[in-house]
Amino acid sequence: MNEEIKTFTISIYTENNIGLLNRISAIFQRRHINIESLTTSQSEIDGVNRFVIVVNISESQAKKIVGQFQKQIEVIRAFYHTDEETIYTESCMFKIKSSLLFEEPQIQNIIKESNTRIVTVNKEFFVLEKSGRRNEIESLRRDLNVFGIMQFVRAGRIAVTKDEMKVTEMLLAFNNQ
Amino acid sequence: MNTETENKTQEVISKKMRISGSEAVVRCLMAEGVDILYGYPGGAIMPVYDELYKFRDQIHHVLTRHEQGAAHAAQGYARISGRVGVAMATSGPGATNLITGIADAQIDSTPMVCITGQVPSHLLGSDAFQETDIVGISTPVTKWNHQVTKASEIPEVLAKAFYIAKSGRPGPVLVDITKDAQFGELDFEYKKCTGVRSYIPVPKTNPESVKAAAKLINSAKKPMIVWGQGIILGKAENELKAVVEKAGIPSAWTILGASAIPTSHPLNIGMVGMHGNYAPNKLTNECDVLIAIGMRFDDRVTGDLTKYAKQAKVIHFDIDPSEIDKNVKTDVAVIGDSKDSLAQLLPLLDAKSHDSWLQEFKDLYAIEFEQVIKDDLHPTKEGLTMGEVLKQINIESKGDAAIVSDVGQHQMIACRYSEFNLTKSNITSGGLGTMGFALPAAIGAKMAEPHREVVAIIGDGGFQMNIQELGTVFQQRTPVKIVVLNNEFLGMVRQWQQLFFDKRYASTEMTNPDFVAIAKGYHIQAKRITKREELADAVKEMIASKESYFLEVCVEKEDNVFPMVPSGASVSDIRLS
Repeated sequence: MNEEIKTFTISIYTENNIGLLNRISAIFQRRHINIESLTTSQSEIDGVNRFVIVVNISESQAKKIVGQFQKQIEVIRAFYHTDEETIYTESCMFKIKSSLLFEEPQIQNIIKESNTRIVTVNKEFFVLEKSGRRNEIESLRRDLNVFGIMQFVRAGRIAVTKDEMKVTEMLLAFNNQ
Repeated sequence: MNTETENKTQEVISKKMRISGSEAVVRCLMAEGVDILYGYPGGAIMPVYDELYKFRDQIHHVLTRHEQGAAHAAQGYARISGRVGVAMATSGPGATNLITGIADAQIDSTPMVCITGQVPSHLLGSDAFQETDIVGISTPVTKWNHQVTKASEIPEVLAKAFYIAKSGRPGPVLVDITKDAQFGELDFEYKKCTGVRSYIPVPKTNPESVKAAAKLINSAKKPMIVWGQGIILGKAENELKAVVEKAGIPSAWTILGASAIPTSHPLNIGMVGMHGNYAPNKLTNECDVLIAIGMRFDDRVTGDLTKYAKQAKVIHFDIDPSEIDKNVKTDVAVIGDSKDSLAQLLPLLDAKSHDSWLQEFKDLYAIEFEQVIKDDLHPTKEGLTMGEVLKQINIESKGDAAIVSDVGQHQMIACRYSEFNLTKSNITSGGLGTMGFALPAAIGAKMAEPHREVVAIIGDGGFQMNIQELGTVFQQRTPVKIVVLNNEFLGMVRQWQQLFFDKRYASTEMTNPDFVAIAKGYHIQAKRITKREELADAVKEMIASKESYFLEVCVEKEDNVFPMVPSGASVSDIRLS
């Protein structure tokens, strides 16, 4: 029963209610599944939230926990997808001393080559923002680390599926209620 | 709901008025047809209790002696009646004391609504006196929960609570109401909840899956049914019986499925699971089609999953899609309400009998009878056995009693040997295995169905976990019959210690108090017996009593419950000794 452990993106469409995050995280906690990243925001449907959660588990585990999510009263639909089935990205921000921007010309090259956006510059620091795959972000972090990073933050994965996610069906079901 | 309750409900619904949140709570309960609730007052729920006092002629509040007792009483009420049980408590310790009962109701799919008081909303999160995050604490063990901070939310939230608790696969719901919401005012109007947009309580049965199931069953040479509580919750007893009889299939039950088909039915082949019957456990690994209906393949039922029914095609009927393939991989899944699915299945089945296959069950039963049952029910040794007590209760109650068992050896004996003529007669803590369950649950069961004989079977350990509820029995004059099978041990743990821990009886021996004196202290008739010749008369006297009755039976100290599937072993490795 040694199934392959893969990265799965779990998408959960929910009502926008207090306490749901607790219910969702409890389902992972009971099964000792570590969450790699978690993002929640409004979805394409008004009044419906979407959780995007990345976990490293087996497919049968993914299937079972999606069943458990689906069972929660305020969960509308839950899905799981492999990396190959999704288009996904992450974003991050770097806060760096402003003096380095002028003293280390290499930093300007890194910014250009990596398509990184300068969000703000002031006397003390400047802020870079980058979106992309995890390896791109990690590579940028390694490059900038040499010069010193004051702060670094990375957001959870956001993902859309390559195939249709049957959202239309879900909307119709909603409207018929 | 009876007509009187319906009229009352209509009356409550039609009134539009400006009232307090606490009065709204009581009116919502009445609108849902709640006639009895169990609870314990305290600071944060006092406004609701004050309203209950005002409405005491219309809704009966039962003061238990501990909030855990209230939760289990609500469970007993729900399990025997199929209606929603209601328990109420104050904030903090009152609320946390409900948790064991809530967890029990969750795993045993019991419809229950718990209402807890909470500190005023401006104090939330401030570690105020008797504040706990009960919504956070109860989240993993409730079907749904919600905190109300405004009086105006009360009717809608309580309507939703009752709908969720009783619909689909039932379960416990907790509604936490801050004190300011209880004091606040609202324009009261009550509409029963008929749906929640994100929640599909009963998935529609797919006729194709029923056809596939019928095809497999019709082709089976050695089919076997294992049914669970889903039959009772789905009120599908008649449909199950019709399927069993038409297709001539030997049928076994899980602990919570007990009593859905009478024990005496010729195709009822007994209980599966750790202390179930020999034949259904053993032959699970020989059937060619295993039909699981409204059961969840609990590990106590399956033993080692890697060796469970591997030779069989598995058909699983369940209302809860997440149960499909959760533990046992199925060949055909029929998702939906058991009553509906079985009604669809029946006309597709060939009328058959599987006589030689049924005979295999009978042959194994004969072995179990010789090696286990005979000594349990007709003992020749001096000490009283738990089995013979159950046999005597069967004789006196004529198989019509509801048996409420606690947790341990006596529970397994009660489930193995009780004769059930009527459905909803086996009330026990199956999934959580909660010691202390039976006494309060029996109180709830007797109050819900006063015409039923309710007999609680309890061990000396479990009895002392909620012994204080004798006070509730006395105060409410609830004529439950309480049988304590006293072996001066935590018997099941001792049995395991004997079999698997070299008889090292670590902290399982109990020095017990004078139970009869305690029962009499609560003004309950009480008797202790120690000899076989006293048993028949004592049980007769107990069952004949119109009032509550306590009977202590001092049984053999070191008897074991067999057959037994050792933990983690295959069901076909079931031991007879």
